Amino acid sequence: MSTSVLERRFASVKATRAGTLVGYLPIGYPDLATSIEAAITLTQHGVDVLELGLPYSDPVIDGPTIQAATTIALEQGFRLKHAFEAVREISRASDAAVLCMTYYNPVLSYGVERFATDLAAAGGAGLITPDLVPEEAGEWIAASDAAGLDRVFLAAPTSPDERLRAAAEASRGFTYVVSTMGITGARSDVDSAARSLVGRLRAVTDRPLAVGIGISTGAQVAEVLTYADGAIVGSRLVTALGEGLASLADVADGLAEGTRRP
Amino acid sequence: MTDTSVAPSPSGPGPYFGAYGGRWVPEPLIAALDELATAWAELKVDPGFRSELAALHRDYTGRPSPLTEVPRFAAHAGGARVFLKREDLNHTGSHKINNVLGQALLTRKIGKQRVIAETGAGQHGVATATAAALFGLDCTIYMGEVDTERQALNVARMRLLGAEVVPVTSGSRTLKDAINEAMRDWVTNVATTTYIFGTAAGPHPFPAMVRDLQRIIGDEARAQLLERTGALPDAVAACVGGGSNAIGIFTAFLADPGVALYGFEAGGDGADTPRTAATISVGRPGVLHGARSYVLQDEDGQTVESHSVSAGLDYPGVGPEHAFLADSGRATYRAVTDAAAMDALRLLSRTEGIIPAIESAHALAGVLELGKELGSGATILVNLSGRGDKDTTTVARWFDLVDRDAVQE
Ligand SMILES: Cc1ncc(COP(=O)(O)O)c(C=O)c1O
Repeated sequence: MSTSVLERRFASVKATRAGTLVGYLPIGYPDLATSIEAAITLTQHGVDVLELGLPYSDPVIDGPTIQAATTIALEQGFRLKHAFEAVREISRASDAAVLCMTYYNPVLSYGVERFATDLAAAGGAGLITPDLVPEEAGEWIAASDAAGLDRVFLAAPTSPDERLRAAAEASRGFTYVVSTMGITGARSDVDSAARSLVGRLRAVTDRPLAVGIGISTGAQVAEVLTYADGAIVGSRLVTALGEGLASLADVADGLAEGTRRP
Repeated sequence: MTDTSVAPSPSGPGPYFGAYGGRWVPEPLIAALDELATAWAELKVDPGFRSELAALHRDYTGRPSPLTEVPRFAAHAGGARVFLKREDLNHTGSHKINNVLGQALLTRKIGKQRVIAETGAGQHGVATATAAALFGLDCTIYMGEVDTERQALNVARMRLLGAEVVPVTSGSRTLKDAINEAMRDWVTNVATTTYIFGTAAGPHPFPAMVRDLQRIIGDEARAQLLERTGALPDAVAACVGGGSNAIGIFTAFLADPGVALYGFEAGGDGADTPRTAATISVGRPGVLHGARSYVLQDEDGQTVESHSVSAGLDYPGVGPEHAFLADSGRATYRAVTDAAAMDALRLLSRTEGIIPAIESAHALAGVLELGKELGSGATILVNLSGRGDKDTTTVARWFDLVDRDAVQE
């Protein structure tokens, strides 16, 4: 059996459902306590894997919805130590796999090895690193191997085949399939580029593939799960949380509808 | 003049400068960076490109820019001889045009129709809008809202040139946030758009490519000074924001061990205060905007907002080659306060009849001190990276130069 927490999770979900729903929320939005409660709420409403965003001053791949939320989190006083606290509490309260999504400078600043050790100790499954490409990732790959953490790299529609192979080989858990050329944010259509990119990746890896960016409805989740192993939803959940925990639960239920076996 | 611009720099072609540089960007941008790097490697040694760029430098920009000795200013600098490399006399008013014309030709070679750029002081935005007009390209400029206010004249210039100017309201609303927004645009529109980056920072190939395009400053100045004085300077000085005018004048002298290199950063209220932009002086290594280099950051790795009276130096990062030159000791970086820079700006205006950009005034202020250290008989070459017209409002306010009754509403 795989040593990857996420790969095991993707496999076990497949037994009963069409694929894995990955839900993103930023830590510290609208405040630390609510963000923890919100993440736990997601796990009770069909989200199998949590992607907890670490607010960062310069989020270059995030659209307006997530930028606004992480700006509030930073204004509320988010510090890196809160991320480890949040992961610890959420892992204790649920059996979801908890990934963190972070730009790389906070990791570098904290110390790559120390970050990996502390994240693993808090019960975290690994990291998604949106501004880290495999050729710059030597230190993180070594540290995550040592700590037994998963690591998720991005594959983009513009990546040539050898880069797709490198991303898939460097990833452990799943590879993040960037559905469309652009920044995070809800879109009415999930680009057909996602389907063909998943096809190209299948030719180079048999590990899980999850599609993200632009997914906002249960129907889109269902469609994505016809060809991918996971669907990642972010901005839609952040908007729902802005309306309150009840709204978040409703939206998560609707998205989880899309994971039902047809 | 010989064309040394294709000569390799002693610092190498990137992507790395020692421990610095690289490409710390989301995967969707990598293909575009590869495309730029490949095209630039071909273009920079292409004789057709070289002669086209040389013609633009000569007939459009007005190169070579003059070298001006400034004895009345130098009298305040310990008796050193001071020479200014007059990038302020370039078309559009600063060194930024050198880089932009090269990248615009590159855009044409790649076959894209739209360019985007970030701008702080507005000089790079104006230069990009100018090149876009010249080459018939669509142009969008991202500029922090704070900067659109303090450099309002340049906003008007860009719009007059046909560019769309987008005020950026996220984060600190200055240059760093304009870069974030330009990168978001680029990720989204990479199929049709080239990002004309304005300084020698960012992901590879920008630091090396911008340096290659700016090294004409030092190549010309080195030859001009040799002709004028028969000797190399004792020191070369430039202001450092992202680092393009500095690396542009340093490169020609990197292999001359007797020439000391000085970069003057924006100290703001002082490098020992929180209101500063002196990245090398008080920052520590990290990753920002695609490169590993020095970064102004807190203990969590969050970027700290920079502060400077100069919009063009108000940036919490710096190009990776400067980080490398600082660590190796080949170049020395010092902070200059807002007040010292403004005093130097007024001094050059009054002693020589040259009104420098506030950015360039940081180098001038640094040289006033440096001259006293080096003593009389020393020769100092300064990159006067731009002219001060754009700064008139800021300067007038700083020195209280406008009669209240005369202000028109
Ligand atoms: C006149 C002038 N000098 C210097 C700079 C700083 O940029 P760099 O450090 O890339 O030369 C600017 C930037 O806007 C500028 O307009």
